[in-house]
Amino acid sequence: MEQPNLNYIDQLAGDDAPFRQKLIDTIKSELPTEIDTYKSYLSADNYNATAGSVHKLKHKISVMGMEKSYYIAEEFEKNLKNNSLDLQADFEAILASMQNYIDGIQ
Amino acid sequence: MNSIIIDDETLARTIISQMATKDPELNVTGEFSSAIQAMKFLNEEETKPDLIFLDIHMPDFTGFDFIKTIKNPPAVILVTSDKNFAIEAFEYDCIVDYLVKPITEERFLKAVKKAKAKKDETPATVSVSASTDEKQPTDTANEFYVNIDRRLIKIDIPTINIVEAKGDYIQIKTETKNYTVHSTLKKIEEKLPSSLFLKVHRTYIINTKKIIDIEDNSVLIGKDVVPVSRANRPELMKRLNML
Repeated sequence: MEQPNLNYIDQLAGDDAPFRQKLIDTIKSELPTEIDTYKSYLSADNYNATAGSVHKLKHKISVMGMEKSYYIAEEFEKNLKNNSLDLQADFEAILASMQNYIDGIQ
Repeated sequence: MNSIIIDDETLARTIISQMATKDPELNVTGEFSSAIQAMKFLNEEETKPDLIFLDIHMPDFTGFDFIKTIKNPPAVILVTSDKNFAIEAFEYDCIVDYLVKPITEERFLKAVKKAKAKKDETPATVSVSASTDEKQPTDTANEFYVNIDRRLIKIDIPTINIVEAKGDYIQIKTETKNYTVHSTLKKIEEKLPSSLFLKVHRTYIINTKKIIDIEDNSVLIGKDVVPVSRANRPELMKRLNML
């Protein structure tokens, strides 16, 4: 399973430690909300809105350096638009991995 | 160069805002999590932006919907996670570049350079469709948007029968529905084509094409009897194609 990393954030922030921390704090606060939104749409069987929330999460997946996972998310988004839940488990494993990783960063 | 950022994701706004600091000529004057917030800003601010960083996928109102509401839009750089809108993006003259997230600084600065080149070509004067800045009615515009309960609702101008002033509000009566909007008769009069609409009374504007009959000092439009003031009656009579 692909692991998240902070390569993009480190490259973006350079020597600017406060900005690096700001990005991490933003992900810490925004990621759980976006995951909750995804889950609530999914539990309501609103696949179109779920696809929208997957789309939104794709940015964080890419910011956290998960290139392969990004393509899984992209495929899952397409599946949802076709009323299919194929790749749901893979996508949710990505979310869990991201959440665990960001929780472990101070 | 003044710019604004419209993206419902805080992380995206934070990244764009930081990248903007790398160009000393670029100044971010506003960050908005929704297109509706940005439209209010554009209506209220005197200094209009030269550039908009715009997300496409936003709840309720997409980036493309937002562009359609702007008259004389400034340069727009689309910022999105979706590569599939590139073709649609270039149907809009105002869109100077298309950045796919996650954006790199190099790519960002290249896009800004394009926006600067566009600004040098044509100075932008931006106003939202519902803006009060627009003094001349646009006979070619077929619709405008109204803000009702934080939603922007499109109203097709030819479907409007009557607009009635009601205190701080106006009621727009169309063929199918009525809308109550916080605005004034003067503001909406500026949005309506004068070839079609006429103020017939202190509190009424009518679509002259929808008149069923005229009797004394009133006109019948749909099921509504609208008073016509003495001062406005001659102009109304001039508009009629009399046998």
